[in-house]
Amino acid sequence: MSRLLTISDIYLEGRSEEVWQPIINGVSLTLDKGEVLGLIGESGAGKSTLGLAAMGFVRDGVRIKSGTVNFDGTELTTASAETKRGLLGKRIAYVAQSAAASFNPAHRLIDQHIEAPVQHRVRSRSESIQDGMDLYARLRLPDPDHIGFRYPHQVSGGQLQRAMTAMAMACRPDLIIFDEPTTALDVTTQIEVLAAIREIVEQFGTAAIYITHDLAVVAQMADRIKVLLKGDEVEEADTRTMLSTPKEDYTKSLWAVRGFTRPVKPPVPAGQTPLVSIQGVTAAYGKAKVLEDVSFDIPSGRTVAVVGESGSGKSTAARCITGLLPPVEGQILFDGAPLPATYKKRSKDQLRQVQMIYQMADTALNPRMSIGQIIARPVQFYMGLRGSALRNRVNDLLNQIELPPEQYAHRLPSELSGGQKQRVGIARALAAEPRMIICDEVTSALDQLVAEGILRLLAKLQDELGLAYMFITHDLATVRAIADSVVVMKDGRVVEQGTKEEVFNPPHHPYTDLLLSSVPEMDPDWLDNLLSSRGVDNIGDEAADKISVES
Amino acid sequence: MSVWLWIVLAFVGMGVLAWVGRRVGQMATSNAPRFRDMPYGVAFGYVFAAACILGGIWLWFLPGAVFFRWAVQGFVLFAIAAFVFRLVFRHVGTAATKRLFRAMPLTAAFGILVIIIYAVLAIFAGAIAPYGQSEILGAANVVPGGDPAMGGNPLYPLGTDQIGRDILSRLIYGAQNTVGIAFVTTLIAFFLGGSLGFLAATVGGWLDQLLSRAVDVLMAIPSLIFSLLLMTIASVWADGEKALLTVYMILIIAVIDSTRVFRLARAVGTGIVVMDYIEAARLRGEGMGWIVFREILPNAMAPLLAEFGLRFCFVFLTIASLSFLGVGIQPPLADWGTMVRDLGPFINFAAFAPLVATAPLMAAGAIALLTVAVNFVVDWMLQKSSGLKE
Repeated sequence: MSRLLTISDIYLEGRSEEVWQPIINGVSLTLDKGEVLGLIGESGAGKSTLGLAAMGFVRDGVRIKSGTVNFDGTELTTASAETKRGLLGKRIAYVAQSAAASFNPAHRLIDQHIEAPVQHRVRSRSESIQDGMDLYARLRLPDPDHIGFRYPHQVSGGQLQRAMTAMAMACRPDLIIFDEPTTALDVTTQIEVLAAIREIVEQFGTAAIYITHDLAVVAQMADRIKVLLKGDEVEEADTRTMLSTPKEDYTKSLWAVRGFTRPVKPPVPAGQTPLVSIQGVTAAYGKAKVLEDVSFDIPSGRTVAVVGESGSGKSTAARCITGLLPPVEGQILFDGAPLPATYKKRSKDQLRQVQMIYQMADTALNPRMSIGQIIARPVQFYMGLRGSALRNRVNDLLNQIELPPEQYAHRLPSELSGGQKQRVGIARALAAEPRMIICDEVTSALDQLVAEGILRLLAKLQDELGLAYMFITHDLATVRAIADSVVVMKDGRVVEQGTKEEVFNPPHHPYTDLLLSSVPEMDPDWLDNLLSSRGVDNIGDEAADKISVES
Repeated sequence: MSVWLWIVLAFVGMGVLAWVGRRVGQMATSNAPRFRDMPYGVAFGYVFAAACILGGIWLWFLPGAVFFRWAVQGFVLFAIAAFVFRLVFRHVGTAATKRLFRAMPLTAAFGILVIIIYAVLAIFAGAIAPYGQSEILGAANVVPGGDPAMGGNPLYPLGTDQIGRDILSRLIYGAQNTVGIAFVTTLIAFFLGGSLGFLAATVGGWLDQLLSRAVDVLMAIPSLIFSLLLMTIASVWADGEKALLTVYMILIIAVIDSTRVFRLARAVGTGIVVMDYIEAARLRGEGMGWIVFREILPNAMAPLLAEFGLRFCFVFLTIASLSFLGVGIQPPLADWGTMVRDLGPFINFAAFAPLVATAPLMAAGAIALLTVAVNFVVDWMLQKSSGLKE
């Protein structure tokens, strides 16, 4: 095989607060024609920056300090703007993380698709449109002859991501950079995008750099894997070797992260009043029903995981419990007594008992308040503590979430990392001394190692304080780690519910089965096995749509 | 016609020069990326900037360009003053102010210096001004400079106006009246528009509709004509009480201007109320006061401050225009708007007696300088507060 891309000893720097700080420290990589290289690492590891540098491109405020990027005989670091214009889009293409944000909402998909081939004079306009339809069909998009004439908002997220892959393929490039193309997608959607990407890359013999933080995904896609940590290369090996015998400690810790599980708790005694009981709740936004006849219980001191894809109504169920969305029918019982439907009618004490932790810690913490102020407010508001008593309580809470008060109390949220912000969110919920906490996708925005830390902290707090958790998530690995019982939701209805053992062991409801089988595993043959066992038309959203909820 | 021909020729010449210059640069540096990837527009920009600087130097030595020389001298002087001001406060004062001045751009130092000078003049106008604002001192002699050879009078450094009052004293008293009133008016407008706007954003529903439509109605009427109308009514109510009329004027301009603030505050507020931390505060059971003033306001500060700088200048100009039309600040109280109006005709002398023509420009310049200064400071504050977020 011939060499396509050689990056040797590249140093990249980013400008922050008037000084240049290193992002990538002397990483080298090579890529042969038709080969797929997986780049993995946590956020801030520099993998996206390195991926862009492979195109000879750097973002604003980033510069190449030294090193070379050689693409098929052309040195990209010193190439003229004109030379690069001739390569980018034509021989090197890029697929971004969020297709929804990367498509121009004002133009139809096909118009954006044909821009590169027409601009580079690869094909005429009409040939490009024909070729676009052909690619859509290969990527198994529904109605390939017409879907291109829709606007980006008229197709679903998974379809958009596939349309973007088709767009990258339009000039039949030699190299495609995939930058976390499935991170924002649900598991069943992710799997169809993965299958489509892999098929088309194999068909056209395109080389690719696949950037992700999800090991199980990269195991399906890549021939070789390179692990990055804070701009340094940790190790590189071919996929099977890397998965079976990782050499470095850091890689091993990444591999072991999914090992966290909690001991099974004794069953809830029969006849015990559940802490929160959702009874026949139907809720709607205007006329659109989003929940239909949902019932489940949350026992005191237990974790109930609510799983389902985006749009399944799991967050809406939480909004009904907190009283932000009064249900149309049904009621919420707290400790056996009905709660007023809207939060405005609830007493201060009722509000205090149920607290929330949000998915995006960035928007959940007021950016203009210090950590100390954020945590102190509920203490002051509910307990009426003042002065040194207040300060002591805040310090206790900060210690509980393992952030030393003297270091963190005066910082603003922007001065904290993602995991630390999420911890502050937990402390704010704890400050109210609640009996139940609703955790809405609390780990989905975090790196795996950090997410595991948050899960361990939540488990520790549950053991110490006897809290009940309603744990909303789409990540089944998290459910396995932390849940006592599971509620599976689809299209606003409860599909299946029971203890963790009941739900995770067969027989499943067909939808639960689809969800469970769509979670990528570390086995590099997993996707092949799945495709051969289920059939290429029986995966992803299409399969989900076929499953009737009523059954 | 020949003028247009010259302009076209100049642009074509600069265009050719830009192309040739870039080419020469490419050859001389053996295709360094700086010249190789330089877009043609940028090359043209360099040539154009060079032409402007050359033009400025040529203008400086032109005997007739008195004002241009003054403007350049004033600019350089103020820049030096601002630099010295910043230098001094980098070494004098508490640790916090020292740090503040160390990170301050020169424009902000310039703005702060000007604002301080204006504030001192306004507050101590009585002590600083050589004469009273309504004191009639003799013959009208608008020639500034105080040089008898040029026709000035050394007793009145900036000359006297058309009925013989000292222009310098009136400029100083004008700071008191114009700036003071504008500041109070802007504050009231912001309090009114800001709190109602945030309230509309937070509560939503019918209250939002009611307030927003009321604001739409107010905004539909041209603001200057509307304030003129209201001032006419107010002057009947005030019944010759000048202080009362001023209070009415403040309220009228504040209400009319608060509609713009309302719109901004509501727009910024609706972006903030959907944040999870607002939801968390609501679920905690917080009252409206806490949500508006503790959760929303600190996060809306940056755009509001920017608006404050702009709005302050607009209020200022509204007062000046009202005074110019005769319904604003009443004579004999000095204010800059009235001064521009009263001395305006002297601008006609610019062609043959440039010094005489400066008379209305001094009040206008005072307005312009403060406007620029306020906006420099606001820009700096914006930069600081938005930098905090990242």
